[in-house]
Amino acid sequence: MIPLDWLFGLMGGLMIGAAAAMYLLISGRIMGALGILGGLIDGSNPTWERFAFIAGVILAPLTMNAFAGYPDTNITTNPALLIAGGLAVGLGTRLANGCTSGHGVCGISRFSKRGIIATLIYLGAGFLTMAVLRHGLGWL
Amino acid sequence: MMRALTALFCGALFGLGLLISGMTDTAKVQGWLDLFGDWDPTLAFVLGGAILPMLAAWRIAAQRSQSRLGSPMPSPPDPTLDRRLIGGSALFGIGWALVGLCPGPALAVLAWGGPSTAIFFGAMVAGMLLARLPALRTKAPQ
Repeated sequence: MIPLDWLFGLMGGLMIGAAAAMYLLISGRIMGALGILGGLIDGSNPTWERFAFIAGVILAPLTMNAFAGYPDTNITTNPALLIAGGLAVGLGTRLANGCTSGHGVCGISRFSKRGIIATLIYLGAGFLTMAVLRHGLGWL
Repeated sequence: MMRALTALFCGALFGLGLLISGMTDTAKVQGWLDLFGDWDPTLAFVLGGAILPMLAAWRIAAQRSQSRLGSPMPSPPDPTLDRRLIGGSALFGIGWALVGLCPGPALAVLAWGGPSTAIFFGAMVAGMLLARLPALRTKAPQ
């Protein structure tokens, strides 16, 4: 029997892919969370389209509360981890010009060399960081 | 108007997909990165599930001269591998492991995730702005 979490993962993944497919075929855009957010934040390309997309991502989960309640985020409360992690994710994805949705979902599916390499590197760095900090130093 | 509505709908579907798939649960994401511990393979199903519709979408896009709303399709992928891509991705992977959030889920939890998610989001925005430092700057992303 397949664990329920995997099925929910697959179902949510299909929804993410369907959203990316519609954004591509209807609007002609690549659905990358970093790219859409980044263009708004540093003012390099602020558009209503980006703003509407971000509003959808932030507001849609609020409707879930009516059906199932919010799932637990289990996020750390350690401010040093939150700040270091946030800075690294923001700076890293902006330098690489893509994140899990842009390089991962949209890049791999078009066999983009940059998307595939970026994904291999951030996965490798994530595995390594987790191995060192959780099992080596016992932090996380 | 149609453009903004499409974006709002796609954003909402993306956000709900992130929630349903468990990607807003940092313990699950850190569990996926914990190859040498109690490994949680859920994220592979999420990524696989998301790539499937996109494989079809890129094939359809290749046969169209423009999108439904009349804008050009994205240009072919840039093959350049540079230090920004490699170093940036490595830095991203480290930060991803530290907290268990990447940019999409960081947005999707913002409205209900409490103060920790707000601190993470603030730091992420600061990190994005740091990338504008002259020493790190090159061409703007598309």
